[in-house]
Formats: sequence, structure tokens, C-alpha cells
Amino acid sequence: MSASATLLQVDDLRVAIGESQILGGVSFRVREGGITGLLGRNGVGKTTTLRGILGLVPRTGSVTLAGEELTALPVHEVVRRGVAYVPEDRDVFAGLTVEENLRLAERAGSELRYPLVYELFPELRERAAQRAGTLSGGQQQMVALARALLNASNRILLIDEPTKGLSPLVVKRVVEALQRAAQVTTILLVEQNLAVARHLVADVVVLDQGRVVFAGDVAELIDDPALARRHLGLSATATGH
Amino acid sequence: MSTLVLLLVTGLGLGALYFLVAAGLSLIWGLMRVLNFAHGAFFTVAGYAGYFAAAALPGLPPWPSWFLAALAGTLAGGLFATLTEIGLIRPLYRRPVGQVLVTVGLALATLALVEGAFGSDPRVVSLPGWMTATTTILGAAIPNTRFVVLLLALVVLGGLLFFLQRTRYGLIVRAGVENRDMVSALGIDVQRAFTLVFTIGGLAAGLAGVLGATYYGTIDPSRGTAMLISAFIVVVIGGMGSIGGSALAAVIVALVQQFLNFYAAAGTGDFAVVLLLAVVLLVRPGGLMGRPPA
Amino acid sequence: MNRRTVAAALALLGLLALALPFVHVTVPGLFEGPLDSAGTLNLLGLCFVFGALALTYDIVFGFTGLLSFGHALYFATGVYVTAIALVRWHWSLPQSLALTAVVALVLPLALGAVCLRVRDIPFAMVTLAFAEAASILVLQNPYGLTGGEEGLALGGSVLPAALVGVANTAHLYWIAAGLLLATCAIGWWAVHSPPGRVWQAIRENERRVAVLGLNPFAYKLASFTLSGFLASAAGVAYLLLQGGANPQITTANFTLVLLVMVVLGGVGTLWGAVVGGIVYEYLDFRLVEFSNTAGVQNLPPVLRVPLSEPLFILGVLFIVLVLFLPDGLGGLIRRIPTRSR
Repeated sequence: MSASATLLQVDDLRVAIGESQILGGVSFRVREGGITGLLGRNGVGKTTTLRGILGLVPRTGSVTLAGEELTALPVHEVVRRGVAYVPEDRDVFAGLTVEENLRLAERAGSELRYPLVYELFPELRERAAQRAGTLSGGQQQMVALARALLNASNRILLIDEPTKGLSPLVVKRVVEALQRAAQVTTILLVEQNLAVARHLVADVVVLDQGRVVFAGDVAELIDDPALARRHLGLSATATGH
Repeated sequence: MSTLVLLLVTGLGLGALYFLVAAGLSLIWGLMRVLNFAHGAFFTVAGYAGYFAAAALPGLPPWPSWFLAALAGTLAGGLFATLTEIGLIRPLYRRPVGQVLVTVGLALATLALVEGAFGSDPRVVSLPGWMTATTTILGAAIPNTRFVVLLLALVVLGGLLFFLQRTRYGLIVRAGVENRDMVSALGIDVQRAFTLVFTIGGLAAGLAGVLGATYYGTIDPSRGTAMLISAFIVVVIGGMGSIGGSALAAVIVALVQQFLNFYAAAGTGDFAVVLLLAVVLLVRPGGLMGRPPA
Repeated sequence: MNRRTVAAALALLGLLALALPFVHVTVPGLFEGPLDSAGTLNLLGLCFVFGALALTYDIVFGFTGLLSFGHALYFATGVYVTAIALVRWHWSLPQSLALTAVVALVLPLALGAVCLRVRDIPFAMVTLAFAEAASILVLQNPYGLTGGEEGLALGGSVLPAALVGVANTAHLYWIAAGLLLATCAIGWWAVHSPPGRVWQAIRENERRVAVLGLNPFAYKLASFTLSGFLASAAGVAYLLLQGGANPQITTANFTLVLLVMVVLGGVGTLWGAVVGGIVYEYLDFRLVEFSNTAGVQNLPPVLRVPLSEPLFILGVLFIVLVLFLPDGLGGLIRRIPTRSR
């Protein structure tokens, strides 16, 4: 990896739910700036890792953001320290309007991000009064991304499979939005769609069965088909779903 | 015809009381997933607080005395609720069953204390003259207390809707009812919303306690439990977390109760309403676990 | 604790209990009269009934994890069905008991089949709803059967002579003691049997039980029905000791008191629940007398009032327990690992 500063450091993160050990000691580093990919097959613990970083699931281990330990903080404090989250199911508040969803996410300095948000997703301004539950999947994804972007002081975005279930046109826009976002913040991106990932990420961390099995340049991974197949379970040239 | 009108207005008045108790319960359940068995205790304590506040200043003319009682009762309910949330509910955040159990203990202890201190016999409350009189509408002589209760409940309904729709904390509550974790993931401290919602519930229950005394003309330690059961029914039927739903359900439940109690045998209404609760829970358990229509 | 130890312990306690009516010893402070007096025996009998009742609730709540808020209903069934058959229909005692046994089996089976369609809090609420409905029904006194608010007194003529009169209190005491022993034995056997282990598995993780190919519903229903049936049996004993039925036992309040008893004694230990039940009933009885003594009467009201209300003490104790000792008093002792939970 390049010599850029480490922004997020995860050490020996363990998550157990009931009696099953979902994460058996995950350790990796995310450097500042750009997009780092968190890859792996279905069910290896990628989502759990993101939730573990935030503290949405009980976990042991250490998570530090720019040197500050996050594990003792409640979730909302972790977010205030600069960790924003875009969950896999978007989790927009269906009963609230688009405008209300965004307003809820506002923090100090959010006004500065609104221009970017509306530039990337003009339909959010058009549909401001619409109930978020009636939006299409792609539009909900825009709301979810916009919410995270409105956290103006955020230092890292944790994004979970933003292109899942979206049409190619919308995927394109999401990719654009992520690229623009990466200019102002760091992103840790969970993505199963390799084609998308390849476009966006520079470094990757690969999980398998709750452990890190590869960490390095995305090119290294893709250029070795055997490696890619072993860890990602499909051909490196596949376009994902 | 006059009977019909009387039943209708009385039902609405009773529905108003149910709504006041159910509204807080609904928000507390919706946001915090806590089944607050102590809500009836808030109601009871408030009634007695109002009674004794008025009794402490016997020189006051009847209307200011009544207002003092109403204020004292409401505040007592709110204070009790806040203390309960901070002292008992918050420490048990990770143990939802424990939270329910602790409210059960509080309910039992409070009721016992009240009965021990003030006796289990109902006490007559003194009301301003106008309230003890009746107004005739369409041939029915309606006790004026019904109008007072109805009016105040409408004010509270309006206030709650305003709070939910137009304030930031109201927004947080509405979002939190849907998805508590996501609200935290936006950097918002839901704990404060919890305390706020509990307090609001206590204030509403407190007002209900005083209005209940006004409506029935007496304070009675056993009424809190009966109110609580009715409120549970209203919350389940109306949908948890939904203020509008609670208002509608409260009216329906109260009217069904009144009409059946009158036209069929006494007590049939109470019985039917309780069975309705069972039916709704079985047919639509999501009604208790699902999302509100908002 | 293996079977033999438990059986031996039960046998020993059983013998002691059964021998009590022959023991003319006074235990000052604890009991007003000597141990073989009618008053003391009656009190002990009631304590045993509550111990048994608490145990039945531990089966359904402590072991199977079903938070039922309507358990009082089945206790009341035992009390009222027997009373109605005896007093209103003039049936003989064996006939009344037979009817009660049938109802005590069918009612929890039917209601359980309905209520168990939902889980957790909705389940608690549905069970509460049905119990409330029954409570209202009892108070309404349909066809004059239940006696409404005043309850139903047995009177002297409906029972066999051996069960009537102060002089025969020892007989009632033995019935209660026998009930407790039988309930303990059945309960212990049930929770340690293969279905009992499934109950505990359900309490921990119902989905896993289903995944293993077992039908959780059937097991839950079995637990619900068994505990309801045993609760009715306790109700019959209660009826005999009290000499009548009273609607107070049908209230939601009463089920909540049951819950408190079990948690107090220690959820999931069986004997903890029994202790909780016995201690509660004892306190309930004695506290009234205690609060009438000069010592307490002279206390300032701030102290006197709370101390005179057993439910207040119970409620506060309960709150303290839930906050600081969630395993109950039994949990304290159970910290010595004998089997993994």
C-alpha cells in the first residue's frame, strides 16, 4: 500500500451473534483519501464489519479513527467523530418525506454540502415532499448517499453495496457520485459487483469466513485469476450481478 | 334520540381519556419498545396530586382551584415519568424484558403505597359549579365535564401532532419509531428522545388522571389499572407510534364499550373490547410490531 | 443434583411437612400459635398452595420462556369451576373435581393454541387480554354462577365432613402439602425430561429448535397446558383452604404478583419459585398483623404506611432485583455451577 496516512485502523475485530462467531478477528487499515474496497463472497462478514466499526453490533477488538479509539463510544458519538454509514438496505425512513430524511441528517456545516448533493441528485430537490417509502430503489439509494454526504465533518463513509439491485443507468450515477464523494472524504466500500469495484477502488481488503485473507492493490487481486476465484468465488472478468 | 346523543358524547369523553393515556403509551412503545406497565401509576398519582394540591389551598375559588389541580396533576405525572425513565428504564437498556418487569414492580408498589396512604375508597372531588351542571343537546342532558375532557384532549392531540410534524425532536421521534439504529447512525443521541417521550407520556397520563377525576367526580386508586388495560387495547388497535391512530382507536373503543354496555348487558362492552384486543393481536400481530402509517 | 438426591430431599421435606400437625411447638415471631394450631396450619397450607402455583408459572415462564400475563386465569379456573359445581349445581366433590380436571386440561390447551400463534410481547398481551375477559366475566356473575364481586362461599354442607371445620384444618393442610409435593415432583420430572430440555432450548433460541426439525409450537403448547393444569390443581386446594372463591384472584394484578414471586425466587430453578411463593404468601399474611403491632403503629406514617403494604415491599424488592440481581435469589446460590445453562 502507498505511504499515505492511515485513517481507520481495525484490530482484531470480533463479533459473535448468539453462538456463531461471525468475525473471528478482522484486522486491516484504510488509508486516508480515495476508496478502499471491502470484498468477499456472500455471508463472509462484510456488512458485520461495517456495523462493528460503528458499534451497531456488540464487538471486541479495537477500532481507531485518526488515532482515536472508537470502541468505547456509543454509536451516535462514533458518527459524530466523522464516520457516516450508508447501509445495505438503504434504511431510509419510509414515513418521512425526502426533505425530512435529509433534514434529519443535517449537522453543523451541512449547508456547505447541499450544493454537491443537489448537483449529484437533482431529483431529491424535485421530490422533496414525497414520502421516501414511495421512492424507487435507486432514488432511495440517492437519499441514503445524500444523508451520508450531508455529514460535512465526516472523515470516512462506510458504504454497503450501493449498487445492489439497481439498473445499469442508476449504477452509473451512483459510481459518479462515489467518485465525487471520494474527492472530499475517504470511503470504505463493500461491493460485490467486481466491475464497479474495479473502477472505483485502489486498495482492497478481502474477507473470507470472518477473517482477512488479502489486503493490497486491487490490480494485484484482479490480475491473478486464481486468487480472485478463490477469494471472490467468481471469475475476475465477470461483471457481477 | 336523546339517549343516543348522551351515549355518544359520554363515549367521546371516555375516548378522550383513553386517548390521553394511550398516546404516551403508544409513543413509548413505538420508540423505545418498552411496554410501560407503570403508565397507570402515573395516572393514579397525578389524580391524587391534583386532589391534594386543591385541598392544600381551600381558600381558592373553584375554577382556579380546578386549574391548580390540573396543573399539579399533569406536572406530577410528568415528573414521575421522567424519574422512572432515568432511574429504572435507562439502566436496563439492553434488557427489554427487564424493562417491562421493572415497570410491573413500579406499578404494584405505587398502587400499594397509594392505597395504603390514602385508602382504597374513592374520594369525591370538588368541581366548579358549571362542571357539575348539565347542558342539554338534542334533548340529552350532558354533564359539562364531558366537554372539558373532550376539549382538553383535542388540545393535547393538536399539540402532539404539531410536536411530531413540526419540531426537530418530533422528527427524531417519528424516525426513531421506524428505525432506532439508523437514527443513531445519523449521529443523533436517541437517549434524549427516550427521556422526552417518556416525559410527554407522563404529562399526558397526568392530565388524564386529573380529567378522569373530573369525569367521574371521584379519585379511585383502582382506576389506573383499568385505564391502562383500555389504553393497551387502544394502542394495539390504533397502531403503535401513531398518534392519529390512537385518537381514532380511542374513540372507537370507547363508543363500542358505551353502546354495548348500555344496549346489551352491563359489562358486555368491556368484555367485547378485551376480546377485540385478543382478536387484533392474533390477526395482526404486526399491529403491535409493525410500522405506523405515519 | 441427580435424581436420587432430589427425590431424597423431597421425601425428607415431605415427611417434615406432613408431620407438622403433630408438633406442638411454638415458634414465636414466626407464627402466632403453635405449629399444630389451626391458624398456623391454615397459613402454611396457603403458603404451600402459592409455592405450587409459583412453580407452575416457573415452568411456563422460567423454563420455556413464555411471558404469560394470564396465568391467574388457570388458577382461578380451579377455584371457580369446583366452587360452582359444588355450590350451584350441588355436585359431589369427586364429580366436581372430575369436571375441574377436564376444564383445567381443555382450557389452557384451547387458549394456548390461540395465544401461542404470536410471541414475546404480543403473546404477553393476548394472554393478558383473555385473563381480563375472564375476570370481567366472573364479576358480571352470569346466571348467578360466580357470585360476582362477593364471590362464592362454600358453606358447610357441600364438602365431606372431613374437610369442614376448624378441627379438620390439619386435613386441608395435608392436602396442600401433598399438592406441593406432587407439583414439585411432576415439575421436576417434566423439566428434566426430553421435552423439558426442548423447553429450555426454546427459551434460549426458538429458531434453532425449529431448524433441528422439532416443532416449537407443540412443545410450547405442552408446557402451557401442563402448567395451566397444575395451576388449576393449586386452585382447588386454595378453594378448600379459603372456604370460598373470590374474584380478586382473577385480576391481572394477581398474575403480575405471580410473576414477581417467581422472579424473586429465581427464574428457572423450580425450587426458587416455590420459595418465592411461600415467602410471599407468608409476608402477605403476617405483614398485616405485623403492621398492627404497637411497634409499627407508633412509627411515623412515612415508614408505617409502606411497611404495612406487602405489595409495596414486594414491588420495591422486585425492582431492586431486576436492576441488580436478575437471576433472583435463587441465582445467587446457583452461581455454583452444577449444570450449564
